Amino acid sequence: MIENLDPSLVDWSRYQFALTAIYHWIFVPLTLGLAFIIAIMETIYVKTGDPEWKRITKFWMTLFGVNFAIGVATGIILEFEFGTNWSNYSWFVGDIFGAPLAIEGIMAFFMESTFIAIMFFGWNKVSKKFHLAASWLTAIGANLSALWILVANAWMQNPVGTTFNPVTARNEMTSFWDVALSSTAINKFLHTITQGYILGAVFVIGVSCWFLLKKREVLFAKRSIIVAAAFGLIFSLVVIGTGDSSAKDVAKYQPMKFAAMEGLKKGSEGQSIVAFGILKEFGEEKNVDFHFKLEIPKMLSFLSDYDFNSFVPGIDDIIEGNEEHGLMPAQEKIERGKVAIDALRALNTAKQNNDTEKLNELIAMFQDKDFKENYFKYFGYGYFTNTKDLIPNVPLVFYSFHIMVILGSFFVIMFALFLYMGIKNKIKNQRWLFYVGIISIPLVYVASQTGWIVAEVGRQPWVIQNLMPVKVAVSQVSTTTVQTTFWLFATIFTGLLIAELRIMFKQIKIGPKEGK
Amino acid sequence: MFESLSYILLQQYWWMIISLLGSTLVFLLFVQGGQTMIYTLGKTDIERTMLVNSLGRKWEFTFTTLVTFGGAFFASFPLFYSTSFGGAYWVWMIILFAFILQAVSYEFRSKPNNFFGKRTFESFLFINGVIGTVFLGVAVGTFFTGSEFIVDKTSITNVESPVISRWAGAARGLEAVLNFTNVALGLAVFFLARIIASLYFRNSIDNSAISARIKKQLLYNTVPFLVFFLWFLFALILKDGFAVNPDTKEVTMEPYKYLNNFIEMPIVLSLFLIGVVSVLFGIIKSYLKFDTFSTKGVWFVGIGTILTVFALFLVSGFNNTAYYPSVTDLQSSLTIENSSSSKFTLTAMSYVSLMVPFVAWYIWYAWKAINKKKIDQDEMETDSHVY
Repeated sequence: MIENLDPSLVDWSRYQFALTAIYHWIFVPLTLGLAFIIAIMETIYVKTGDPEWKRITKFWMTLFGVNFAIGVATGIILEFEFGTNWSNYSWFVGDIFGAPLAIEGIMAFFMESTFIAIMFFGWNKVSKKFHLAASWLTAIGANLSALWILVANAWMQNPVGTTFNPVTARNEMTSFWDVALSSTAINKFLHTITQGYILGAVFVIGVSCWFLLKKREVLFAKRSIIVAAAFGLIFSLVVIGTGDSSAKDVAKYQPMKFAAMEGLKKGSEGQSIVAFGILKEFGEEKNVDFHFKLEIPKMLSFLSDYDFNSFVPGIDDIIEGNEEHGLMPAQEKIERGKVAIDALRALNTAKQNNDTEKLNELIAMFQDKDFKENYFKYFGYGYFTNTKDLIPNVPLVFYSFHIMVILGSFFVIMFALFLYMGIKNKIKNQRWLFYVGIISIPLVYVASQTGWIVAEVGRQPWVIQNLMPVKVAVSQVSTTTVQTTFWLFATIFTGLLIAELRIMFKQIKIGPKEGK
Repeated sequence: MFESLSYILLQQYWWMIISLLGSTLVFLLFVQGGQTMIYTLGKTDIERTMLVNSLGRKWEFTFTTLVTFGGAFFASFPLFYSTSFGGAYWVWMIILFAFILQAVSYEFRSKPNNFFGKRTFESFLFINGVIGTVFLGVAVGTFFTGSEFIVDKTSITNVESPVISRWAGAARGLEAVLNFTNVALGLAVFFLARIIASLYFRNSIDNSAISARIKKQLLYNTVPFLVFFLWFLFALILKDGFAVNPDTKEVTMEPYKYLNNFIEMPIVLSLFLIGVVSVLFGIIKSYLKFDTFSTKGVWFVGIGTILTVFALFLVSGFNNTAYYPSVTDLQSSLTIENSSSSKFTLTAMSYVSLMVPFVAWYIWYAWKAINKKKIDQDEMETDSHVY
């Protein structure tokens, strides 16, 4: 007896994955950024031979170690949750998605885990240069880990380099390089890791400001701030560039997400951008409207493709269609998706009945360019009946996007200010600046999480854009079982987060040690 | 290079990679085994600190190998990933919970203000040590004894219920512990991990009190290991196995299938025998010549473990055998042919696998660099990064 899937199972599976991802992403960006900052500091130590730089390096390395451990703990859960909670997904796209995960393990995780041992325990066992190389390789390994999982994530947002095999009922890779080097993959990787660098830099500045506020370890704090501010400023500028190219990518491949980011109900040519606004209630009907909004004319069109007069579709255009601009109504996509699903069902029947002639005919149909572009392209839509289900949670995406952008802009100014004050040696008595540095730590975490909310909530209801809805990807586990594991994870992760924060605060309070 | 290989050869190549990763993982589970011995071998705080730090410099290798094992399985045999992980939900979740606890425990254990206290983190390490070994052993046991699932790829067209792999057992994988063959393998892995850990401690710690206790533990763990391993081995070679008809792909039960696999694959049998002999040689000689040989014992037992487990994995999947059999629906059983990725993906991944020797080389180099001086009390009292 085959039971229909419980909708709440999909919701709880999503909550569990979101919970794990959110916790994981609290720790990973700090690892990404801090690893390079530490490597830079150690390079200065090796170049200058100044033991103060060794002290500085070792202090940040201690905090790095505490953070790294909990990042690893949450990371393993994410990997296996693809199987435990998204088993259909694992088969439907495992041929493409699994490869980056395996490469991540072979190429990156081993590099990271091998050299981190040298980094922590090798100070008195290996030469200075070998130790320095280990620190850089740990940083590179951490970033390579991010590369491959982000390639996999990018493929879900823009599934390229793949074809559907109706006989095996799954998507199969046709070009590794199309998957690894798609514009979405490159943008996602660069935008995400540079965001991690910013977070690492803000963390170093914020903690250093605390020391300055307490009038402790002044030389240590000033040096740390200069390195972090220079590092942060460079990459906060890079993140603006990668954010811009990511936005163009989203506009091209995920127009619904782009419309949700801007709360755009009805699109137009020369579309203005909402710099800030307050949305009205987004109820069951999923209507998008503003109490008020502050707009910049034509900027959204420019953001989407460098053309001030181009057309940007809104949510209504995507759902109802827009003939003038060649947008197919969502209902038509649903009908075409059902045709593709029916064709696959007929193919399965022919296979079961050993009807070779019919089977070959249907296989040929799935390989036909016209069928691929006009029907199979909408395969995932065939699982929907209500077009409103194709609209994500607009307020969550809209506010997350705007918070991320506002904070991103703030960090550019902040880094420039700290770098200037640091180089001019004016940083010592600026208490207001120290408070800015400290308060920036929670703010950079907010920016970091909201970025992922835009990426992941914005693409709902798709787990793989246009091909597989989230509700089709789920494992058949009872809702109660997933609720149980959700609360277990929530309890453990929260407990470990509290432990991590307490350890971090204590280590910061202890400060840099006199080491050998 | 790999493009010229046939699809079945690529599938077999990837089964060998999975087998190699799986067998390396079983060797590296000595970290878990060692975690269950911290209070057995360490009677004072400094002794326990030496033991924890000795393992703490290696735990990430085990962890990373587990993650890579999972990733490689996903990439090369995605139907296993979706069927087993999505089906035997509780078994895998329990294993995962145990590994979360481990990942933080080393770093957090001795740090001031760590919220749970030192003993709690040591308990986490113990829990991980028991569950990590026993449950992974039980999970691998199902490769020979079967699981309760149904695979129907046509379900994807059922709009209301598109799930391809369905688990038939209400216990979501926990039913595997009711089969004593699975449990015997789990316990054999547990005691083997403790044996390798004992020898690893002997190799990496310079402390006479700990060494004296290691010798006793070697004996205490070898006896139950042999009992459970031999139980599993006899059960394996005497039981019916899940054979695949090479022409029709139909899965049927074949008497003495795994014994036949050993006989029909003499190289695999040789690897298995060399592995078993190497494990026994390493243990026995380490015990008898404790003062002069036991520091080298870990390498004999370790390499022997890798060869033995590698051969067992090959026996489970090669020679027309279903490596992940279904006892609910024999025809749903997973074989290396019906559950693998496409030829294109396996080919692309095979190029990545060429990095494995390089990775193994730098791991070995780093291992030697860290272990060239044994851990002693002085280092624990002076080093800046002590767990």
